[in-house]
Amino acid sequence: MTAGALVSGDVEHMRVSRVTISDVTFAADLSGALFWEEQRLLVVSDLHLEKGSSFATRGVLLPPYDTIATLDRLAAVISRHNPRIVIALGDSFHDRTAHERLSAEDRDAVAALQTGRDWIWISGNHDPMLPRDLGGTIADEVAIGPITFRHEPTGAPGEVAGHLHPKARVSARGRSMERRCFVSDGMRAVMPAFGAYAGGLSIRDAAFARIFPKNGFVAHLLGDRRVHAIAASRCY
Amino acid sequence: MRPLALLAAGGEGHPSTNPLLRLTCHAVPPRILQTSAEPAALLPDRFQAWFAARGWSPRAHQLALLEKAREDASALLIAPTGAGKTLAGFLPTLVELSTDAADRKAGGRQSLVCTGRSVQRSGGLHTLYISPLKALAVDIARNLERPIAEMALPIKVETRTGDTPVSRRQRQRRYPPDVLLTTPEQLALLLSSDDAPFLFSSLKRIVLDELHALVTSKRGDLLSLGLARLWRLAPQMRAIGLSATVAEPDQLARFLVPQPDGREAAADIVIAGGAAPPVVEMLDTRERLPWAGHSARHALPEIYELIKANKTTLVFVNTRSQAEMLFQNLWSMNDDGLAIALHHGSLDVAQRRKVEDAMSAGRLRGVVCTSSLDLGVDWGDVDLVVNIGAPKGSSRLMQRIGRANHRLEEASRAVLVPANRFEVLECRVAIDAIAENAQDTPPLRLGALDVLSQHVLGCACGEPFFSDELYGEVRTAAPYANLSRQDFDDVVDFVASGGYALKTYERFARIKQDKEGRWRVANPKVRQSYRLNVGTIVEDDMLKVRLVRGRSTGSGSTGAIARGGRVLGEIEEYFIEGLTAGDTFVFGGEVVRYEALAEDQVYVSRANDKDPKVPSYMGGKFPLSTYLAERVRRLLDDGRAWGGLPEQVRDWLSLQKDVSRVPGVRELLVETFPRGNKQYLICYPFEGRLAHQTLGMLLTRRLERMRARPLGFVANEYAVAIWGLGDASFMIRDGRLDLNELFAPDMLGDDLEAWLAESALMKRTFRNCALISGLIERRFTDEDKSRRQVLFSTDLVYDVLRKHQADHVLLRAARADAATGLLDLRRLSDMLMRIQGRITHRELDHVSPLAVPVMLEIGRESVYGEAADELLAEAADELVKEAMG
Repeated sequence: MTAGALVSGDVEHMRVSRVTISDVTFAADLSGALFWEEQRLLVVSDLHLEKGSSFATRGVLLPPYDTIATLDRLAAVISRHNPRIVIALGDSFHDRTAHERLSAEDRDAVAALQTGRDWIWISGNHDPMLPRDLGGTIADEVAIGPITFRHEPTGAPGEVAGHLHPKARVSARGRSMERRCFVSDGMRAVMPAFGAYAGGLSIRDAAFARIFPKNGFVAHLLGDRRVHAIAASRCY
Repeated sequence: MRPLALLAAGGEGHPSTNPLLRLTCHAVPPRILQTSAEPAALLPDRFQAWFAARGWSPRAHQLALLEKAREDASALLIAPTGAGKTLAGFLPTLVELSTDAADRKAGGRQSLVCTGRSVQRSGGLHTLYISPLKALAVDIARNLERPIAEMALPIKVETRTGDTPVSRRQRQRRYPPDVLLTTPEQLALLLSSDDAPFLFSSLKRIVLDELHALVTSKRGDLLSLGLARLWRLAPQMRAIGLSATVAEPDQLARFLVPQPDGREAAADIVIAGGAAPPVVEMLDTRERLPWAGHSARHALPEIYELIKANKTTLVFVNTRSQAEMLFQNLWSMNDDGLAIALHHGSLDVAQRRKVEDAMSAGRLRGVVCTSSLDLGVDWGDVDLVVNIGAPKGSSRLMQRIGRANHRLEEASRAVLVPANRFEVLECRVAIDAIAENAQDTPPLRLGALDVLSQHVLGCACGEPFFSDELYGEVRTAAPYANLSRQDFDDVVDFVASGGYALKTYERFARIKQDKEGRWRVANPKVRQSYRLNVGTIVEDDMLKVRLVRGRSTGSGSTGAIARGGRVLGEIEEYFIEGLTAGDTFVFGGEVVRYEALAEDQVYVSRANDKDPKVPSYMGGKFPLSTYLAERVRRLLDDGRAWGGLPEQVRDWLSLQKDVSRVPGVRELLVETFPRGNKQYLICYPFEGRLAHQTLGMLLTRRLERMRARPLGFVANEYAVAIWGLGDASFMIRDGRLDLNELFAPDMLGDDLEAWLAESALMKRTFRNCALISGLIERRFTDEDKSRRQVLFSTDLVYDVLRKHQADHVLLRAARADAATGLLDLRRLSDMLMRIQGRITHRELDHVSPLAVPVMLEIGRESVYGEAADELLAEAADELVKEAMG
């Protein structure tokens, strides 16, 4: 663990844990969102809207409620923090035509979330061409102070990224549990996927070793009622 | 087909068991003979001559089945192993085909057979044989060859399994043999092809082997739906079911004939008699009986002596890991160099075949095995069955015992080895049940909706169908006789476009209706996917275990591990997920240390520990049967019956009577006492591990709400132990904790719903339904394989569906499974009703004798409970310690 990378806090009844990246302190929210208090900036990554219908086009008829489930959770975290800016950190849409399959209600829900705040869609590998008719600003990456927000992590200092869908498994007393998590080493962070159907990639995967120093990072696991900071060496 | 041999009645001729062992011995009265003894006129000359030439005479039940065939009736044959059941099942076929042969030469017997799209005349398929094991089908085919060759019958017999080459499968569809031996899954595949009407229209008979085993699972549901289809394609077809003894033969007999609308119909039942009663003994160990645990390690020398004193011994255990452990221990004491082998489902197939062959050849003295040998190939020369641990059910035990000695007139011999004191009670009542020939097989299943979904898709892959017609057809299958139209329509809607309230998937439908209203598959890819995913067996995800050189420090990192290494075998993923690096367990007959997991490979190193840290006893597959549980409670209640128990067990129960209470038959005993700095609450429902796990989970939630501050619980087959910080004794005295309220049946309402929302067991149940129903594919076509990495977790689908459409047909299917499956809700609910107003509380100063076994499970068994935050917090605390240290 890098010194000073992390201090557990009891803000919001333990709903969050603190994550420091290049001397900026964020709140890692239980929902999987990251909140920058001073800037009143909320980041969510990998919404993968319309993943269900994307599978349906190929004959796997997953329940078509993932978009509404994801937007409901997004609405809850937005109402809790009332951010000035929301960044959707890429892969907001599961495929290039996903936005065309959004229902009228879903579009209204997105518009309602955008009311009264700045909204930035960052492009990802699943949604390189973002729709122009869904409000907000479109960008490849955003830099604010020492922090750069981009979809795919490069390992650069001050970077907040998504893309990898980190999850971690912890076991004790013959039981084990796997959860989505934030990953951070004090210099950079990778966010968990926010989408209802988004799967996960173990933080032991080589993809994380390319970004973080070996075992010198912390996973912030999303529990049922709080976020738990656990050394990566303790997870698998 | 050796069971026909008339052999000297056994008993005295057996090698004696070790005189050092004190055995309590109980013979069983003969079973009822209920077969009509028709004259051999039923048997053509050629057959009579063949029997005579062998020095055999046909058995009464074999003739009875010929008589049923002559009456054009379907029949259920209930017979013990060794009764010549298989030949009985095939005799009507052989006789019919031999008498047909003359006609056939004259072109008399004609049926239609499809070659591609054109129709040609030829013999056609006469008999279909379905077995739960493909190895059994292959073995039966070999055994049939002998009478066919010796009587020079013009009958062609072939097998069709997953291993049958594509070319032969194609040929079988064009030029079917007279007799085809196959499995329920292959039948479903054949039925889903365009050729099905041509292939099966000539069918005269179907023989269903090991029917008692098939009908207890979803495979039985699938088979019943296949039968319903066959009855429509071949109304002249008659069925013969072959089964071990079951509790409700009348219900099983319904499976074999089409159920008329609103009534019940059943096949005729033939019960074979003449089996010698088995001789079952309980090992009265000279060692101290353990309080808990399942290893039976105390009895190892005695088990070894039994193997040594007999020619061939089958040693049954309940789990793979127990088999591993026992084999390892026996091997280490094998100073006589006895040929002892290991057989369980996770071993490599080739390895298993080697053991089976050595067994047939009589080269083995002992085989340590799991339920992998419960069914199947007849080996003959087994002269003793040893059953380690609790028998779980009397029928199950009787079938296992039947594996010893497949000669009808000789008594099967078995020794039960209880691994702890509670298991002594269970063994005792099981022996009594066998003496009464009391059966406790589960009742016939209600057909599952996920299996029906798979079948409906399969039907659409063949000839297009009308909903009304298919609904009528499905209800002729006994498990689906009471299927509601609403459920059926929901299933069709699910198969078509997902069955969602939000109608957004119509354009992606997998099956579509044509102008006349017939359903057919929307595109060939759907058909291809059905064929790849047919079947109801969902296997645990398995990981390859590789042996590598160990490291001194276990950090959990894969970095320091040399990749590669020798493959030891495969292990269930869920087991590995419960381990931390450095934990030791037994695998492949040795103690290994878990090093790391990388992709689908588990890396382990050789450990020097004598005892593994993680016991890896995940419980048997089956919980204690309701019937045996009831008998255990009766035994406890009846002090006079304790005389039949070993002295150690008697003393234990007497002591319990003195310091606390021995629970009555219908009563629930609850004990509370302090120990260390914690407070314990123990209850003794005797309802099996699965129901107890669910109970423990629900009680813990309730106690938390009642502010009794519970910390955790363990469950075994007999009891649940909950511990916490709150003083339950004081709370009960004080009136703040009402036990009647704590155990009130309404816990199966909101508490259960809340728990199901997050229960890992429920998610696993849902996943199985999602796979079987075809919502999610298990196997992929080559072009799809590259997509595997974009798969999603069914847990996420469960969460979303539960929230947005709680009455979806798949959730209904999962709840129905939960009632009898991993959560055993029905049994729990029966228990809660039974004990209402019958709870007795004992406040104690310290642990009671009866509580010792379950208390010992604490820390040894994994602690159930799904409080994620507590577990994660524990891991996080270690981080703090690390940081401070």
